[in-house]
Amino acid sequence: MQYVDEFRDPKYARLIIERINQTLEAIPESRKPLQVMEVCGGHTHTIFKFGIDQLLPDSIEFVHGPGCPVCVLPKSRLDECIAIAENPQVIFCTFGDAIRAPGSSGSLQDARARGADVRIVYSPLDALALAQQNPDREVVFFGLGFETTMPSTAMTLKQAKLNKIDNFSLFCQHITITPTLQCLLEPGDLRLDGFLMPGHVSMIIGSEPYQFIANQYGKPSVITGFEPLDILQALLMLVEQIAEQRCEVENQYKRIVQPQGNQQALIAMQEVFEAQQRSEWRGLGDIENSGIQLNKEYQAFDAEVKFCPEKSTAKDPAECRCGEVLTGRCKPTDCSIFATSCRPDNAIGALMVSSEGACAAYYQYRREEHQ
Amino acid sequence: MCLGIPGQIIAISDAANMLATIDVCGVKRQVNVACVAIEPLDALVGKWALVHVGFAMSLLNEEEARQTLAALESMQALAHEVDDFTGLGHSDKEKA
Repeated sequence: MQYVDEFRDPKYARLIIERINQTLEAIPESRKPLQVMEVCGGHTHTIFKFGIDQLLPDSIEFVHGPGCPVCVLPKSRLDECIAIAENPQVIFCTFGDAIRAPGSSGSLQDARARGADVRIVYSPLDALALAQQNPDREVVFFGLGFETTMPSTAMTLKQAKLNKIDNFSLFCQHITITPTLQCLLEPGDLRLDGFLMPGHVSMIIGSEPYQFIANQYGKPSVITGFEPLDILQALLMLVEQIAEQRCEVENQYKRIVQPQGNQQALIAMQEVFEAQQRSEWRGLGDIENSGIQLNKEYQAFDAEVKFCPEKSTAKDPAECRCGEVLTGRCKPTDCSIFATSCRPDNAIGALMVSSEGACAAYYQYRREEHQ
Repeated sequence: MCLGIPGQIIAISDAANMLATIDVCGVKRQVNVACVAIEPLDALVGKWALVHVGFAMSLLNEEEARQTLAALESMQALAHEVDDFTGLGHSDKEKA
């Protein structure tokens, strides 16, 4: 596949790793192992799938960050969307990633088994088409994800408004990543030496919103693509910054990411959404300014206004260590329920649900080593 | 969740609704191009875009892609030179 296969060539991988090893020699032993956070769950998946962590020396450790929207989806929000999905009038549409995420009384998949009309869609436009085809039903789209996904939701809502499709609404669980990074960088027991930044969030927001990581916290970061060579090249760029005592926001993924982001997408988002004061993240708690909600102009399309689901106060199971894994304080294998009671077919913690979750990645690719 | 796939825009199928036909590995699908729209819309035909949940979210900059690969090529050229310099044939090393 063009623009994919070229970025998987093993001969270049070997060269980049050699270069990383040479560059690491210039970094004092006292600073090692370097702790590099890959913020995005897509990167976590690539790292495990291609065994990138195993190709690297012990002096680099990955910390798997919070950039997987399914992984940070709180139980309370799932309970609320399941309550809406169980309304017999509703066709509830979701991306496939979220259908197995566990709420208090099971997942959306379990709700479907109990008779709710829950459907997996590829695009929010598919949900909008369902609303047009079923004028006597209410179609609710589960809007989940970071800035990558927000423009598609915004464009779909604009179309719904323009065409007066009033049996369509949004359950909004969009969140924004930068306030969470700020939380992780606040003084604490967590030591991070640099960040691989999410390539596709950056394609929308550009590189400017990350400048605080360099300016306020003195940490290097590199906007990174999703193929194995992208990740290795970005790691080399990051290690070079550390060796040369620079801290900048660099862009490895120039074929997709422009410094100013995608203005058309940002304008659509501004037309539809506004910031919410705080949002709850599974495993991390409430984070100020990280939530997104529909603005006044689009209130009529807010599924929570339309259906008023009962507010849930469900908390994560006490035995789950998802929050500590998300912040790099422990590895999935340190959790007592990992691969015993918490498995992909019976996920207790959210990190076991999505293929982008660190626990699911460990389960699929590294389990034998820990048995 | 945030993954995307590169595809080539092959036709504008419904300009009023900002829909184009995109080819991803031989599979053709309608995608919305509102986020990458340019004037005239037909100028998108032939361009590569990153597709995410049914939307073209960014035009792929083919020149930048070539430059990234060229940087890797030059790393390889340097490795060959170093190997020649140290008397280690690169091909022998690959066999080893």
